[in-house]
Amino acid sequence: MDTQAVRVEDLRKTYGDRTVVDGVSFDIARGETLALLGPNGAGKSTTVEILEGFRRRSGGRVEVLGADPETAGLDHRARLGIVLQSTGRTGPLTVRELLRQFSGFFSHPRDVDELIAAVGLVDQARLRVSKLSGGQRRRVDVALGIVGRPELLFLDEPTTGFDPHARREFWALIRRLQADGTTILLTTHDLDEAAQLADRVAVMVAGRVRAIGPVSDLGGEEARLPIVRWSEAGRPREERTARPFVLAESIARRLGCPPEDVEIVRPRLEDVYLRLVGEPAFVEGTAR
Amino acid sequence: MSAVTDAEPRTRGLLAVGVRQARFELLQYVRSGDTMFFTFLFPVFMLGLFAVAFGSAGDVEPGPGMPAISVAAMFLPGMLASGLLLSGFQNLGMDIAVERSEGMLARYGGTPLSPVSYFVGKAGQVAVTAALQAALLFVFAATVLHVALPADAGAWLTFAWVFVLGIVTSALLGIAVSSLPRSAKSAAAVVVPIALVLQFVSGVYLTFWQLPEWLQNVAGLFPLKWMAQGMRAVFLPDQYAVLEQNGQWNLAGVAIALAVWLVVGLVLVRVTFRWMRRGA
Repeated sequence: MDTQAVRVEDLRKTYGDRTVVDGVSFDIARGETLALLGPNGAGKSTTVEILEGFRRRSGGRVEVLGADPETAGLDHRARLGIVLQSTGRTGPLTVRELLRQFSGFFSHPRDVDELIAAVGLVDQARLRVSKLSGGQRRRVDVALGIVGRPELLFLDEPTTGFDPHARREFWALIRRLQADGTTILLTTHDLDEAAQLADRVAVMVAGRVRAIGPVSDLGGEEARLPIVRWSEAGRPREERTARPFVLAESIARRLGCPPEDVEIVRPRLEDVYLRLVGEPAFVEGTAR
Repeated sequence: MSAVTDAEPRTRGLLAVGVRQARFELLQYVRSGDTMFFTFLFPVFMLGLFAVAFGSAGDVEPGPGMPAISVAAMFLPGMLASGLLLSGFQNLGMDIAVERSEGMLARYGGTPLSPVSYFVGKAGQVAVTAALQAALLFVFAATVLHVALPADAGAWLTFAWVFVLGIVTSALLGIAVSSLPRSAKSAAAVVVPIALVLQFVSGVYLTFWQLPEWLQNVAGLFPLKWMAQGMRAVFLPDQYAVLEQNGQWNLAGVAIALAVWLVVGLVLVRVTFRWMRRGA
């Protein structure tokens, strides 16, 4: 069996003379969760929509669950789950009516009532979707995406508009899907979310993948050097070093006593990400 | 290869899924109040309004040797044609545009639902609502407005084929026009004026034989004129045929014009229909 759920090789998409996706390559292993990060307009959604089969590519090779999404049939679609960006209203239907209808499109759907419980909408099951809050509607979107027990799930900014509690619950739901072996391609602006859920992250900037790797290695050694922060003569100072304790000790020795507000932090994913996105000319060699 | 998915066929029959989808579409139809009024009840409402507004002047006698008929009887064929246009063209044109802009179509596109089943669902919704609408018009016309309906089978046979050909053409053109509006908000602004103008020039709200000939010719380029003409052939006295262009009902022309538009609609749907708006 193919160990890769998704293979993308030198993917290109142009609209006229505007290049939106400019030679993107990455793989997603079966059971893996890859988070696709990047500023607006970086080409994330276009890439994902090509993988979903909604758009045609201008060049390159794409394989999704062993098939070319451009030519794959409806059987292929039955193996995918797609949660698009916020989809607005859904007409005059209740949560249960909508889910029941969609479950009928698949041959082995999840039980609708179990699904409603899993996404935490038991009390809203008989309400019209238009009466739900933004976060609740998003959970309906997710429920529609997983009703067919997909092998590969696309999540496009799934928790936009969630309160912190709803977000935690949503993450727990995604972890259950991961435990069941679902492969996930997650697009998000929420770096905390990417760090929580993804095995690997890929950062896209201006139509290219600028870096890809496990959250803990992203950006290479340099980007992950710990930061020592302290105050000296009333001014905040910071320094990056591979040996933070040695540095902290030497500061204490120099000052005669340990500074009160010394702290040693690892750069958060957000710091690494902002460095990656902010650098106009990243070294080609480290980009994939 | 150790298969993760079983080889069991996933798709149930396209038709079976389509019938299930039709029930779902009907549920959505009856739940939306504005569709119920502006599409389903509108022809009945207009027929009642015209009968009350113009009926007080007495029956209509368009020419010597022609039997007088009530205002309601004169407008009934046009309102039946109008129902075909509203239930097919206006209903689907707006409905699908809104579904597209609200992301419902993209959701369908992400599932193994076949576009064929989706269209079977829409067709089912249109067929059921259009038939009920026509039945309601007949009941209302016969009981409240005392319009005498034809008793011979031949007339009803003509009605049947004009109705079927008309509603299929109207529905296909509705699906085709649904690609034009760029948002849910503009759906009504794009579709309704087209339907409205057609109803005015095609013999629904204005008596067709009183329109200037050039306007009759322009209306003849569009399908609603032919639906209305077919309905007049069924429900007006035979002597009224002289009021038509060339002085006859020209049912062959009705059949040909509607068939041509049906093919045009089919081609447009095949070329334009997308689950997702391109470049969005």
